[in-house]
Amino acid sequence: MSDLRDLYQETVFDHYRRPRNYGVLADANRKAEGYNPLCGDKVTLYLKVEDGVIRDASFEGAGCAIATASASLMTESLKGKREEEAMQLLEDVRRMVTGGEKAEGKLQVLAGVHEFPERVKCATLPWHTMKAALENVGQPVSTQ
Amino acid sequence: MRLLDKLTHPHDTQAQAWRLDFPVLSTRVHGKPLVYLDNAATTQKPQAVMEVEAKYYREYNANVHRGIHALSQLATDAFEAARSKVQHLINASSADEIVFVRGTTEAINLVAQSYGRSHLKAGDEIILSGMEHHSNIVPWQMVCQQTGATLHIVPINDWGELEMDAFDALLNERTKLVAVTHVSNSLGTINPVADIIARAHARNVPVLLDGAQSIAHLPVDVQALDCDFYAFSGHKLYGPTGIGVLYGKAALLDAMPPYQGGGDMIRSVSFEVTTYNALPAKFEAGTPNIAGAIGLGAAVDYVTAIGFDALVAHEQALLDYATPLVSEIPGLRIIGTAREKIGVLSFVLEGMHPHDIGTILDREGVAVRTGHHCNMPLMERYGVPGTARASFALYNTRQEVDALMAAIHKAKEVFRP
Repeated sequence: MSDLRDLYQETVFDHYRRPRNYGVLADANRKAEGYNPLCGDKVTLYLKVEDGVIRDASFEGAGCAIATASASLMTESLKGKREEEAMQLLEDVRRMVTGGEKAEGKLQVLAGVHEFPERVKCATLPWHTMKAALENVGQPVSTQ
Repeated sequence: MRLLDKLTHPHDTQAQAWRLDFPVLSTRVHGKPLVYLDNAATTQKPQAVMEVEAKYYREYNANVHRGIHALSQLATDAFEAARSKVQHLINASSADEIVFVRGTTEAINLVAQSYGRSHLKAGDEIILSGMEHHSNIVPWQMVCQQTGATLHIVPINDWGELEMDAFDALLNERTKLVAVTHVSNSLGTINPVADIIARAHARNVPVLLDGAQSIAHLPVDVQALDCDFYAFSGHKLYGPTGIGVLYGKAALLDAMPPYQGGGDMIRSVSFEVTTYNALPAKFEAGTPNIAGAIGLGAAVDYVTAIGFDALVAHEQALLDYATPLVSEIPGLRIIGTAREKIGVLSFVLEGMHPHDIGTILDREGVAVRTGHHCNMPLMERYGVPGTARASFALYNTRQEVDALMAAIHKAKEVFRP
């Protein structure tokens, strides 16, 4: 039986209560919106990409602890990453939250999500939004 | 039967007896006893209903209406008997006014496309309320797009009640239909539908009632209400999924063009001309959900045997027990505090998203629904992303309400700042 503490770790709470990089990014050149219509998690992601490198990232939105923490941790981990590295991170996170595999550094705190399958879409929403931002997809991203 | 952790609350004796009819209620989830409080989403089924459906498949499964052999006669009799049971449940004047559909959503789509498209033109107005379920919004949006009619919304006050003065102001000579929910699935509000119907009829405007949340929790008398259409789902009434009912006044249904074409809804077919069948067959194309209808009939028998007096009293008592307990919890706000409610408690907790509340409650064995409950405009009006919603049925007990309280306290502990 999975413990709630596996899901709601201290770091998750920290990033939920004090999300990092929260707000509009003034000089963003990529933006995307993500929305989970099943439940109401919303995230708007701003990226500043130069020469294929993500220089800066920020987000806004209303979401649950998992979605918010995931977005916050994501923006921290994206800074300085090449676009291809960011897409690889998305894959790593997806495998982590669905199958419990390892991901880099602090992102590991979301590993507990894999024992709570109903929350996978909360954790992956910001990451799918990031993909849309990089690919400059027009429509808001959904986890349907 | 599972071991009870505490003594049975003295007022729950009746409900404890009813619980024995529902096998799933003795399930454990995450190692805890199931506390099923998601009845507004779907209700559990008594053994009697499951047995009646299984018996149909085991003993007399056959297609209805067209057969000449023994089994098809038995199936037809059982299917039509179910229709008659529904007729009597809601006191329709004729079984011909009972159309079997898949559920409330299909019933409303039927009226929107069949009645709506043939009656509405550009400039006409439809009145809805601000607390409608998407199934009583989107079909009307679609028919408005097709016809050029427009939607007008009755606002609700902070308690979750319709502003009737605003309703009066919206009713005018261009209004062609009022579609309103009898009971709100998020707020639990019981709307003053008799009054709404009277005011609409004074202007010759027909009224459709979304009965998904009222059918199992209030006695419904369509003749007394004088509603023009009433829609509900079997699975909200302790019956199977995939079956529902549209009630319509015979004169209205008679004048409406068919919704779906196919077998059974016809009188004769040639490639040159096809004539349609009489009511209710005209609106029942193809092989229906025979097992579902027969199962729904058994569900009607089940609630009728208990009686709505006992049912309503029990659920109101649960609501009266739960509401003050929930209100006492610091940081908790109840969404939906109308004076007249059924047993639905939606709430938000400060500093916690409904999702997180729902996950922690789930791990305590308590099943509630979290999110927008297919009421996005309503959530917008209250300025919340969603709520956590507990909704009661005849088999819930005060003991289960206590379990809900304990689980909410646990959730608050986990999220303690």
